[in-house]
Amino acid sequence: MIRVVLPAHLRTLARIDGEVRLDITGPVTQRSVLDALEARCPMLRGTIRGHDGGPRRAFIRFFACEQDLSHDPPDDPLPDAVAAGTEPYLVVGAMAGG
Amino acid sequence: MSGVRVLAGTRKGAFVLTSDGTRKRWEVSGPHFAGWEIYHVKGSPADPDRLYASQSSGWSGQVIQRSDDGGATWAPVGNQFAYDGTPGTHQWYDGTPHPWEFARVWHLEPSLDDPDTVYAGVEDAGLFRSGDGGQNWQELPNLRGHKSGPSWQPGAGGMCLHTILLDPVQQGRMFAAISAAGAFRSDDAGQSWRPINRGLQSEGIPDPDAEVGHCVHRLAMHPSRPGVLFMQKHWDVMRSDNGGESWREISGNLPSDFGFPIDVHAHEPDTIYVVPITSDAEHFPPEGKLRVYRSRTGGDDWEPLTTGLPQENCYVNVLRDAMAVDSLDSCGVYFGTTGGQVYASADSGDSWEPIVRDLPAVLSVEVQTLP
Repeated sequence: MIRVVLPAHLRTLARIDGEVRLDITGPVTQRSVLDALEARCPMLRGTIRGHDGGPRRAFIRFFACEQDLSHDPPDDPLPDAVAAGTEPYLVVGAMAGG
Repeated sequence: MSGVRVLAGTRKGAFVLTSDGTRKRWEVSGPHFAGWEIYHVKGSPADPDRLYASQSSGWSGQVIQRSDDGGATWAPVGNQFAYDGTPGTHQWYDGTPHPWEFARVWHLEPSLDDPDTVYAGVEDAGLFRSGDGGQNWQELPNLRGHKSGPSWQPGAGGMCLHTILLDPVQQGRMFAAISAAGAFRSDDAGQSWRPINRGLQSEGIPDPDAEVGHCVHRLAMHPSRPGVLFMQKHWDVMRSDNGGESWREISGNLPSDFGFPIDVHAHEPDTIYVVPITSDAEHFPPEGKLRVYRSRTGGDDWEPLTTGLPQENCYVNVLRDAMAVDSLDSCGVYFGTTGGQVYASADSGDSWEPIVRDLPAVLSVEVQTLP
């Protein structure tokens, strides 16, 4: 069970309270997590990364286990704690705007 | 009893303002999509319960929302705006070629007769169409693909396609306007386009009467007389009596001919409204007095409308999509300001009252006249 935490504006868009819990078969990577998230919540397509798995949007960041994973290759394995569901995968809106 | 529904898009959400036909007491709902920029909300002329909203943010890009119940509930629809083919380049601010990049939807224009068909004007300037209620979007590529496209440059606010007018009489005729490329017309439902800028003079471009490159801020028409077009340009208020084939200036006695919106009275095709702004550098009303100017002669002769509007210390702007009219009798006129006020006049502009005073900066105002 993978736990994903979305920023408030995307939780509202996707009509989600709290974390999203995803079952993923195969390698747990940023790509596979986001693919599963978008399959569960199609309205999030294009709001975190480009359509069809395109690049991360400039002001979105990915954190887990107190690490910034935003610049890691999307097919790298996520930390074991994320894959085990003990730590969440965080989709974060960068500090910007007013 | 008939009523009106005002759809206000703001920097931080959408608001729906409703009243009965007296237009004296208003109910305000919102913010819808709180925290997001709502560039435009517009209802279908064919089904007033069908609304489309353009929702965007710097973090998460573009979302299109649709309501099938007059704005009570909403659901996201398609948000993939992919330029047709290899997009190519336009000019960047420094004159270098720059790839076309989708940024946001500025304007949504539902079809006159089919609630599921809607057009979207986007930045970087392009025109898209959906025939399935906003689920899927296809570019009408020959506007952006016009031979002049590689020479188009963005205005300070970005290179946006901000105006779409559908001719209710001549089948297939439509108009679009782009900052800072100019006005364009199609006579075949958007399959082909040509610039319609003859008569425009823009001192801010190297060739003042060039075929393209003009910063057109807004076009307006009266549905009973679609061959007559009105234009608020970066500077100058203009009129065409031949579907855009040629233009003449009608700024007349305006205190400034710089501004953004322009609109036409619902029942008087020669009564038009503008909001003069001091200059391109000073985006606020001259002398700090918020005045709508009305011409009852199709231009040239203008009268200030001030009753109920602040006449001192007012330094707001009124953006290009932030004025609309209802079709009640007498015609209602509405506009929103960057200071968060939405003003309404139930008497064709003779007097004004704020419906709301403290919204986020208003980006757009549309009105539906309800049965």
